Amino acid sequence: MSGFGAALLNSLDIGLLLFVIAVGLNIVFGVLNVINFAHGALYMLGAYLAYTLINLVGLSFWPTLLLAPLGVASVAVLIDRLVLRFIYQRDVADSLLLTFALLLIINESVRSIWGSGIHVVEPPPILQGTVRVFGGPSYPIYSLFVILVGLLLLAGLWYLFNRTRVGRIMRAAALDRDMAEALGINTKLVVTGVFAFGAWLAAVGGTVAAPMRAIDPGMGDKIIIESFIVVVIGGLGSFPGALIGALALGLMHGFGGRYMPEINMLLPFVGMALVLLFKPTGIMGKGATA
Amino acid sequence: MKQMILLGALLVALIGLVALPWFAPYFYIFIVTEILIMGLFAASFNLVFGYTGMLSFGHAAFFGVGCYATAMTLLHLKWPFLYCLLLSVGAGALLALVIGFFSVRLNEVYFAMLTLAFGMMVFSVAHHWRSVTNGSDGIAGFTLGDFGLGLDLTLGNPAVYYHVVLVFVVLAAAVLYLIGRSSFGMILQAIRQNPERVAFCGLNVRSYRLAAFTLGGAFAGLAGGLMAPFLRVASPEMLHWSTSAEPVLMSILGGTGYFLGPFVGSAMFILLETWITSITQAWMLFLGIVLALMVMFFRRGLLGTFLDWWLERK
Repeated sequence: MSGFGAALLNSLDIGLLLFVIAVGLNIVFGVLNVINFAHGALYMLGAYLAYTLINLVGLSFWPTLLLAPLGVASVAVLIDRLVLRFIYQRDVADSLLLTFALLLIINESVRSIWGSGIHVVEPPPILQGTVRVFGGPSYPIYSLFVILVGLLLLAGLWYLFNRTRVGRIMRAAALDRDMAEALGINTKLVVTGVFAFGAWLAAVGGTVAAPMRAIDPGMGDKIIIESFIVVVIGGLGSFPGALIGALALGLMHGFGGRYMPEINMLLPFVGMALVLLFKPTGIMGKGATA
Repeated sequence: MKQMILLGALLVALIGLVALPWFAPYFYIFIVTEILIMGLFAASFNLVFGYTGMLSFGHAAFFGVGCYATAMTLLHLKWPFLYCLLLSVGAGALLALVIGFFSVRLNEVYFAMLTLAFGMMVFSVAHHWRSVTNGSDGIAGFTLGDFGLGLDLTLGNPAVYYHVVLVFVVLAAAVLYLIGRSSFGMILQAIRQNPERVAFCGLNVRSYRLAAFTLGGAFAGLAGGLMAPFLRVASPEMLHWSTSAEPVLMSILGGTGYFLGPFVGSAMFILLETWITSITQAWMLFLGIVLALMVMFFRRGLLGTFLDWWLERK
């Protein structure tokens, strides 16, 4: 077990966290038809809010896990109402440009508020230390907690989209917004809600990542690139695609980091290029060629 | 009539640019050199975006690679400057051909994501491959020797270097302009407006998009090559997506609908940057806000809005 088992757990840990973030990107794209370039910046904002609440305000981890993502979701509501609503009727390029501008704005705001140094958050006492898994190597409890959060969100999202009215409304709006509107759904509310929900998912990812990753102004860049690779591999707008892509990337990091550290950094790009070569719309994707 | 006025204004501007070193202090020569180089970089981006309708968020990759190519050949091989620049053009075009091959066949949303992702891949390589690129320190310590072609130029003199840059940028801009006016350029603009229809006319949209992207990469590589001796360093920041944001903003600022838009945008951008960075550190924040406001309320850009109004006027 030893090395292999640890690499597998690492892959799950990285992959499921990435899934939570990439699926938010996907949900927003499905309904708004916009790729939110600021999605990684919202993830970073979640981590910085968590840092502020835990280290500066003195809250414990659990209320922070509730509050930080809600804070980012409220920021997202403001962004949607004040900025994005101007361009929903326009060309796709304009919405891409606008979210790209938001990326610059949020990144630089974070840098000027919290500085460009690295911040660290301690995991809550109950999740500190290591545990032996399957009698094998000792493994950080916090990473197991991240895997658990990922699995819970995966199940919760599946339930939301397939078994609840809210989920059906979101899917209807994604399929045909005009038709949904004609059937009496308040699509403006849906759009704002979905954008905020996507931001909430990104920020949950950021809050959960805070105790195990270094918090610095570059963390959003890294995660947005990885999320893009995930949705390109899995197929843009596809829920199972986001899971497949995220787990694939998790495996590349988990095993690549252990067995070929020199080229580990390039592996995701090579994987993405291979998928583009043989199935340009991603493993689960359909219809996106120009 | 209005055509003649525009042509006259352009001619006066050009004469002013040529004569600049004879009346302006070094500070302004440096600023105008940067405006010219970044203007060419923005114009190469606008061939891809404004003409062909492909929004690239990774254009810095070609600019940066051009910069590294010139810096490294000057440092290790001590080639004449002209050959370094040609190598930069080739490096930019080759990288654009490879990245474009994977990116141009998908729709606009994918294209924007892929160009950003591949651009950051190039950034990571430059950042981590210390033995070749010298990591985050970048390539520095190179000196300019001969220009090539037997021309006796003191490239170390900022005024002389400014004139060299001016010649290259004007020539490159003329070529870009002619490309835009050629039948090839017309097809690119048709692709922006209606790709399905172009495909129905029997043209291979994907090859045209790839050709436009490769050309954009070549000119960005030239701009990068000109930038290396000006900055005296080639560093990974030049490959970062925040550098890709600059030609995007310049083109939007000046206006993507007119050929000179990116150059006007470059001038405004660099003058603003010089002014803002003397007041505050948060230049990128300002850049983001300006970009957002321009996209929301002023999509035609400054030159574009002015020319639209002036040309419509009786």
